[in-house]
Amino acid sequence: MFKKALSSPHIHCPDFSTRGLMFQVILALLPAAAAYAWLFGWGVVINMLLAIFVALGSEAVMLSLRGRPLQPSIGDGSAILTAMLLAFALPPLAPWWLTTIGVAFAIVVAKQLYGGLGFNPFNPAMIGYVVLLVSFPRELTLWSLPASLSTQTLDLSATLSYVFSGTLPPGLTIDALTSATPLDVMKTQLRLGHATGEIMAAHPVFGLVGGKGWIWVNLLLLAGGVWLIYRRVISWHIPAALLGSLFTVSLLFYALDPQHAPSPLFHLFSGAAILGAFFIATDPVTAATSNIGRIWYGAGIGLLIFVIRSWGGFPDGVAFSVLLMNMAAPTIDHYTRPRVFGHGGKDG
Amino acid sequence: MKLWSFHGGIALPGHKQESTGNPLRTAPLPRHLILPLSQHLGVPAEPLVSVGDKVLKGEMIARPGGFVSAPLHASSSGTVIAIEERPVPHPSGLSAPCIIIETDGEERWTTLQQQSDYRQLEPATIREQIRQAGIVGLGGAGFPSYIKLNPGKTVRTLILNGAECEPYITCDDILMRERAEEVLQGLLIIRHAVQALHCIVAIEENKPEAFHSMQHALQHFSEGANAIEIVSIPARYPAGGEKQLIKVLTGQEVPSGGLPIQLGVVCHNVATAAAVFRAVRYGEPLLSRIVTVTGSAIAEPCNLEALTGTPVMELLATCGTDFNVLEEVIMGGPMMGIVLADHEVPLVKTGNCLLTVRRGEMEQHPTVMPCIRCGKCADACPVSLLPQQLYWHARAKEFDKIQEQNLFDCIECGCCAYVCPSNIPLVQYYRFAKSEIREQQEQKRKADLARRRHEQREQRLAREKAERAARHARKKPGITDEKKKAAIQAALERAKASKSKQGAPTDDV
Repeated sequence: MFKKALSSPHIHCPDFSTRGLMFQVILALLPAAAAYAWLFGWGVVINMLLAIFVALGSEAVMLSLRGRPLQPSIGDGSAILTAMLLAFALPPLAPWWLTTIGVAFAIVVAKQLYGGLGFNPFNPAMIGYVVLLVSFPRELTLWSLPASLSTQTLDLSATLSYVFSGTLPPGLTIDALTSATPLDVMKTQLRLGHATGEIMAAHPVFGLVGGKGWIWVNLLLLAGGVWLIYRRVISWHIPAALLGSLFTVSLLFYALDPQHAPSPLFHLFSGAAILGAFFIATDPVTAATSNIGRIWYGAGIGLLIFVIRSWGGFPDGVAFSVLLMNMAAPTIDHYTRPRVFGHGGKDG
Repeated sequence: MKLWSFHGGIALPGHKQESTGNPLRTAPLPRHLILPLSQHLGVPAEPLVSVGDKVLKGEMIARPGGFVSAPLHASSSGTVIAIEERPVPHPSGLSAPCIIIETDGEERWTTLQQQSDYRQLEPATIREQIRQAGIVGLGGAGFPSYIKLNPGKTVRTLILNGAECEPYITCDDILMRERAEEVLQGLLIIRHAVQALHCIVAIEENKPEAFHSMQHALQHFSEGANAIEIVSIPARYPAGGEKQLIKVLTGQEVPSGGLPIQLGVVCHNVATAAAVFRAVRYGEPLLSRIVTVTGSAIAEPCNLEALTGTPVMELLATCGTDFNVLEEVIMGGPMMGIVLADHEVPLVKTGNCLLTVRRGEMEQHPTVMPCIRCGKCADACPVSLLPQQLYWHARAKEFDKIQEQNLFDCIECGCCAYVCPSNIPLVQYYRFAKSEIREQQEQKRKADLARRRHEQREQRLAREKAERAARHARKKPGITDEKKKAAIQAALERAKASKSKQGAPTDDV
């Protein structure tokens, strides 16, 4: 396609557009989102829709406050993607104000106040999540049980009523509907001195490798991520380095002491490791930019996830790891510039 | 033969078959020839004719203006009717001095010096003939060819560039198909001139007809054939860039800011070789070239052999351009060509293609989105730069940082801007930064010069003042008031004495 330009080139590749890239990432998230909703109930759907609504609203308000035209920014898909990623990280029965605060903070502060798409140094979804995690830690630990484990389920109207007014049908308590996440259980039980095998046998949330139900969501996220690599929307460097380093370092500890260190597969398929590897750490705006840099960046996140999960104060560490490495990205970029043609090297 | 690859590059739709379907045609003789004095890199040529002069075809009408320069010849016989500024094919769209010839239609040639066996000639003689013939690199850059024929170093590999990697352009393809022998003869002459050990003709694999035609011609060569290798290389833009081609063929990288000869390599375009052959064998200066006239506003896209100086408008008309739907004409390819601001500009020596764009085929207001640092540009960059970082620094006018990112290694091939999902005109930013930096350097150079001059002047003034004082002091050594008074007294006494002796002659007067 030719395009009007002051100087060459006069043609442009029709295969990629920033909007197209965003919507492909959204598309890749959808199967996992559907499975998540199927397994964990209507709350997931409500969270997602509410998050998207708040994200687009905040984006529109901020764009007009900044005196910028709504289009093309509002339609670029980036706000929707941020909203979906944050909704993935929230408990399915999160109250409406939790979702709203997280998403609004992500869009207003972490994205628009820095100048909008392309100018934010930190991943907005992760900033939103961390704000909630440090402000409302209790709400974030109340995860619904997967449908297969729960004796009680909420239908759509009951879920709506809980999310928006906090009232449950008579005779039901929130404790009956929720439990700690597999990572959470593992962490607290390990601290109490139990062995991994014992913990996994004793608690019904565990499946064969990770949490029951979670495994399907993670496998679909993995499939979506691989599809994105195949479509060349993302490059393989960050996911491979992230999962590779998490796998390697957890294998090392697992090999030394399998009784007190969860298996590498447990690490990969629990919590947000897969989501983080393919959908969050790969946010190009906040990641390292050269391919060598991306490997260091991804590996750093993987290592930090392991450190936070093993010795930190939170059950999962994806959000903090991503934000810490966001901070390191400019430095990584500085030291990992590719060798330019004709500069030194064996051929120069 | 083992081939290497270069980082990045892009696969582009070729659009070659549109113009290769029709045979090579000769463009009609135009009524007026517009010959810019600068059709090459370097100093413009200096006119040797004046208005009203009759000129013969092939006669030199402007001589080289310096070392890096090329002469200019009348492409046809006629009368010089003006030497003035005319619009020329240049990105600025500005005018430049041109010699305008009204053709007489007779095509009367000047006397040409033929040479049946180039091996009788000294390399220096060949170089001089090529210089006198006004031959410049016909691949697009227009660097005076004779300079590259004087390497001053052993040439291990002489590369003939027939890659023609830009979409739409097929002039080299057609040349190799139809005049393979001329190209190979030219190659042998260049080989003799630079005393090259080994020759490679590189052709992108999307030109099998040209490849076979060249192979066929080579088989019928009696001498020198064993030193020539014709190689098919993968079609990946910009494989035809000189440095990229050398990398593909030899695995070596021309050092940044350096020249191919540092690797013992000399590279010429196939069309340049054909021009060299005609210049040495028949004594013909460079008067015409093959130009591809193509694009969607052309009824019969084809290649034309046209005289340099022919107005572009006439070439477009020859090929049946529908001027009602014509939106733009690009001289060169879509990746590196320039949009012609004026269709009255002439065809110049470096004009390899006229690409027309039909109305409605061009996105008028491309939406530019923010850079999301996706890195597709870095994957595509054949020089392994980080275009996203260059863009960032260019936007912020951080010119020191952008040079640290090796801005000046950018070859402006356009791969980054082509793949950019945000549609950012990246190359424009780099051109802007480069020109700003050059401007700053020029300003700094001038300021330094002015400061040095000022300092020298101050020093000179101070020195002169000191010298004057010293001279002054030397002239009247030890003058004090006492001595002054004594001198005045003495003078007065002498005056009195002379008064008293008035009327009488004295000894001392």
